[in-house]
Amino acid sequence: MRKRSGGLFVYAVLYLAFLYIPVLFLPLFSFNRSVFIAFPLTGFTTQWYAQMLGDDEMLRALVNSLEVGAVTSLFSTLLGTLAAKALTRYRVPGGGALLAFTSLPLFIPDIVLGISLLILLNGLQLPLSLLTVIAGHSLICVPFAITVLMSRFEGFDKSLEEASLDLGENGWMTFWRVTFPLALPGIVSSLLLTFIVSFDEFLIAYFLAGNDATLPIYIWGQLRFPYKLPAVLALGALILVASTAFVIFAEWIRSRGLGEKRHLMVGA
Amino acid sequence: MLEGSGEPDDSMAAIPMGQGGVLARIARVYRRSEAARGLALLSPTMLVMLGALAAPLALLALYSFWSQDGYVLDTQFTLAQYGTSLGRATYRALFYRSIEISSLVTLITVLLAYPMAYFVAFRVRESKFLWLVLLTIPFWTSYLLRVFAWKLILGYNGVINSGLMHLGLIHEPLGFLLYNPTAVVVTLAHAWAPFAILPIYVSLEKIDCSLLEAAADLGDGPLRRFLRVTLPLSMPGVIAAAVVIFVPTTGDYVTPSLVGGSDGVMIANIIEVQFDKVGNWPLGAALAMASMAAVGVATLLFVAAMRAATARIR
Repeated sequence: MRKRSGGLFVYAVLYLAFLYIPVLFLPLFSFNRSVFIAFPLTGFTTQWYAQMLGDDEMLRALVNSLEVGAVTSLFSTLLGTLAAKALTRYRVPGGGALLAFTSLPLFIPDIVLGISLLILLNGLQLPLSLLTVIAGHSLICVPFAITVLMSRFEGFDKSLEEASLDLGENGWMTFWRVTFPLALPGIVSSLLLTFIVSFDEFLIAYFLAGNDATLPIYIWGQLRFPYKLPAVLALGALILVASTAFVIFAEWIRSRGLGEKRHLMVGA
Repeated sequence: MLEGSGEPDDSMAAIPMGQGGVLARIARVYRRSEAARGLALLSPTMLVMLGALAAPLALLALYSFWSQDGYVLDTQFTLAQYGTSLGRATYRALFYRSIEISSLVTLITVLLAYPMAYFVAFRVRESKFLWLVLLTIPFWTSYLLRVFAWKLILGYNGVINSGLMHLGLIHEPLGFLLYNPTAVVVTLAHAWAPFAILPIYVSLEKIDCSLLEAAADLGDGPLRRFLRVTLPLSMPGVIAAAVVIFVPTTGDYVTPSLVGGSDGVMIANIIEVQFDKVGNWPLGAALAMASMAAVGVATLLFVAAMRAATARIR
């Protein structure tokens, strides 16, 4: 493997360093004693973590983000499952165009999605709340859910479902006893990935949250105050660790059973 | 499964015959017609997308043709907002700068990503999946924090300046690192890197190795082979990567706000101001529509140019 690829291998390692090193400054300085985020390091401390965990406003925002993420992931995965089953199992007229329509949110800047939802909610006289954030997040999560679940539905043979129907099970029982167990890795991975997308999303929530801050909105508010930055770094470090563990778990679940055909879904 | 409506489909559970009611007939047609079943399954998702995507965008378009006087919305049709959006020099400059910055970001990101994708597609044998996971993890972790990290790195008293001063390489902080368009380009190129790799990787992975062998057998050296076979065949991935990066980065808000300073302001910042401090929604809507149109035209021109260029190489 390395015989002809020395140069490329070095490049690949440098590329990974470029991807990861800037982000690693967050955990590094979150343990630094000085309130200034600069070299030289002045000593080890966990005081910023203590300060951050004692902040009620942060904890409220965290709970809000967890709620929004949980509801968004359930809702968008449910919609994604229905759409993925429809698009992979039936010859839907105009299916390609409908799929393109659902993936449109990936190609429209978040700011445009945010303001147009804000205009609609304003027109309907609906108050801004965490519910409106969930609506906005579902919009960007549904395309991810559909992509993950379509690759899962394509991964197993639909004759299994047909056999169940031929053997006398009705549609619902076939879904629960055949389709659902087979699609489960895709469903779990979609739940995890859409949760992460919602949990990390800032701009749409910024327009739609009203007075209930989510965690990214809380962080955004803190960035203006230099003396609060170390605690923000501590929070950021925890978020990075948790997100990374989440993503690895999601990809591991999804890759199980995909065998040789496994591939990642970003940008797919 | 048989296709088309009205065809008998014996894999479906049979409906008891003889209950000739309209409902039963509809149910029968529904169960037999694949298209109807598929559309029924799709309909909840489509309804949500219509309500949360199509309706808001239509309303945005409508707003852009209205005007606002103080707090009063005037729903008389007017092109005044587009006149302001395109006519005022500061807005025009912002459009140009946004397109310029994201073109540069797209170019840098794709150029950096290509060798990486090439390495994973052709040089890695056993641990492909591991490499791909490593390359995509950053995509899923907080965008806000990745951008913020660059503010810490490039700041006047930031990581680079304090590090260089600590090492004695410079005596006072370098002021040109943060708050300018270059800082925006660097930050965006880092934040969007994972997006470029996968489309390119997928198109490289699809290339039939026998084509490369044929080129070698017919006397092409590695460089000629790359330029005449690999590169043209991977162009769909390159184009996809470029579009996936170019379109959203033009509308990025977080990066110019955090690292752009006053010289690095982009179109999204001015749109946000219309919806927040200024409170001129029709103008904000027109700016948003105009920027989407500009990005759309730029993208179509780019894709057409790339296709033409690829065709010429072949």
